[in-house]
Amino acid sequence: MEIKLQDLTKIFQAKDKTETVAVKSLDITIPSGKLIGLLGPSGCGKSTTLYMIAGLLKPNNGRIFFGDEDVTDMAPEDRGIGLVFQNYALYPHMSVQQNIMFPLENIKVPKDEALVRAQEMADLVGIGDLMSRKPKQLSGGQQQRVAIARALVKKPRVLLLDEPLSNLDARLRLQTREEIKRIQRETGITTIFVTHDQEEAMSISDQIVLMELGEKRQIGEPQDVYDFPNNLFVARFLGTPPINMYDGVISKKKILLNGKAIGTTKGADGEVFVGIRPEGYIIDKDGPLELTVYMVETIGRDTALIIKVPNNDNKTFRVIVDASERIKPGEIVKMKIKPKKMFVFNKETGELIN
Amino acid sequence: MLEKQSNVKAWLYLLPALALLSVFTFYPLFNAFLLAFLKDYVYGSATGFVFMDNFKNVIADPNFNQAVKNTSIIVFVSVPISVTVALMISVLLNSIKKFQGLLQTIFFLPYVTNAIAIGMAFAFLFNYEYGLLNLMLSWVMIDAIDWLGSWETGMVSLLIYTVWGGLAFKIMVFLSGLQSIDKQYYDAARVDSTPKYRVFTRITVPLLSPMIAYITITSFIGSFKAYRTIVGLFGPTVLPAGTLPDESFITIVGLIYESLSKSDTPGMVSEAAAASILLFITTLAFTIVNMWVSKKRVHF
Repeated sequence: MEIKLQDLTKIFQAKDKTETVAVKSLDITIPSGKLIGLLGPSGCGKSTTLYMIAGLLKPNNGRIFFGDEDVTDMAPEDRGIGLVFQNYALYPHMSVQQNIMFPLENIKVPKDEALVRAQEMADLVGIGDLMSRKPKQLSGGQQQRVAIARALVKKPRVLLLDEPLSNLDARLRLQTREEIKRIQRETGITTIFVTHDQEEAMSISDQIVLMELGEKRQIGEPQDVYDFPNNLFVARFLGTPPINMYDGVISKKKILLNGKAIGTTKGADGEVFVGIRPEGYIIDKDGPLELTVYMVETIGRDTALIIKVPNNDNKTFRVIVDASERIKPGEIVKMKIKPKKMFVFNKETGELIN
Repeated sequence: MLEKQSNVKAWLYLLPALALLSVFTFYPLFNAFLLAFLKDYVYGSATGFVFMDNFKNVIADPNFNQAVKNTSIIVFVSVPISVTVALMISVLLNSIKKFQGLLQTIFFLPYVTNAIAIGMAFAFLFNYEYGLLNLMLSWVMIDAIDWLGSWETGMVSLLIYTVWGGLAFKIMVFLSGLQSIDKQYYDAARVDSTPKYRVFTRITVPLLSPMIAYITITSFIGSFKAYRTIVGLFGPTVLPAGTLPDESFITIVGLIYESLSKSDTPGMVSEAAAASILLFITTLAFTIVNMWVSKKRVHF
């Protein structure tokens, strides 16, 4: 089921009549059968968008389409959605089985069939042997699966997940995100999930939608968005460790940092922000940059060098180099920059300059 | 060593409360049990011990049957009705946005009003000649009813008054319970197209069940002790005007008071003590059954 959001706007009004624009003229097309991550910092309107798609919030403006069907004015129960809440909202007084069967009982599925379907769904999410337990007797990850099973059991057209992994510990999070990906693949259901964790979104989404201040900043496949960020916000938001940002200058198609040319651009002359990914530095005897290593963090797979920004002792940045480079703190290294890992942004608008 | 010390401290902190409880609760309780087994007790002296005589006297009392009958009706009719009505009102109140505060205050008013005062207001409401109820009946061409004139209509009036008087506290407890239920359960139910009555029976009631159990048990205990309401409505003689004694509205607690009022007759105080022990045992047994039932049905 393709989902199309057209000019979607949501304004919240507080008691004192002050208005907050949570979502602003959002235009997104979500392809059928894909797993989409709505990603952004807290307060960017991603959950609001999800709840508008669910029908629990009414947009002030704009339309929502499921396929060709306009569902904007449809009640949530008529939209054919499955929703997994951040806190799962499992009914505490019902067993796992009763929880999963509840949506089926509502639409009057015969009991025998409901039992079979609930068991199938529980097996799919891997909790088939916990049917008689109460939610309280389950771990966070298991509760999460019950919630997904409950959302999927009525065969919805769309599966919506609100921060599905935020209540899980780190190890479980890794395991569960693979699980979500697997369940989505096996069922082929169009799935939208909301998260503030860029790693989580990048790792399992077919596409990610980056949002800031209620607006869409970029949409695309995770690797494309990472490699070709449209603007400063996207470049900063994606990647761990985060991208390094410097004040730079463009002069005669050359990118200058501290007066040293580190690359070329088609952009016009002027002051710019230069963003370089931590993995975008190459140790090279002939490199233009001469940097003093302040600290070294050994990770094992690779090594992070912490370097003080020249002429500004309070600021440091991280450079990821191969672990085979045995560098000691205090050492002076010469580096050049991989052109593909460097981005130049307009200082006023934050837009990318080619 | 450390544990022992903290134990002493705990007892020390409890001491003031325990001292007061001993004087005003434990001693009278013990004394009531003692009195119930004394023979011809009057003005602090008795002629000896008896085993069941005082209890037999209570049961033989001409008013005993009437008291049991009245108390039972109040307990088994008013409690289920008032719990159900309070639950309905709370759910409705919780679902509206406008005037919720105002309505909440109105429903809570009876709680802060004296029972006797409410009783007198109700007595006037039910008055044969000037009562508002009969006035309203006359509007729809129904003949005036002497609400407080006979046992049957009087009991109906009493039940209406009891139910109404008990609503306030129940509504308050239910409302606070309803407001503490996570809204996400209702959102989840909506997404899963749950019909309204199923939301109520399958989600609201189970999640509210601890409150419902608490209110039911305390209401049963309270109505076993019904007395104030009756004095409020029918006056201290607890008789509807001009009717026979066997049509009285005496309750078990009324019986206890009546026995106590004849404390200068040997044995009457013991009879009062025996009656209150009977009431205590009945209430206790009933509460145990109640808790046993709710244990199976209440989700904590």
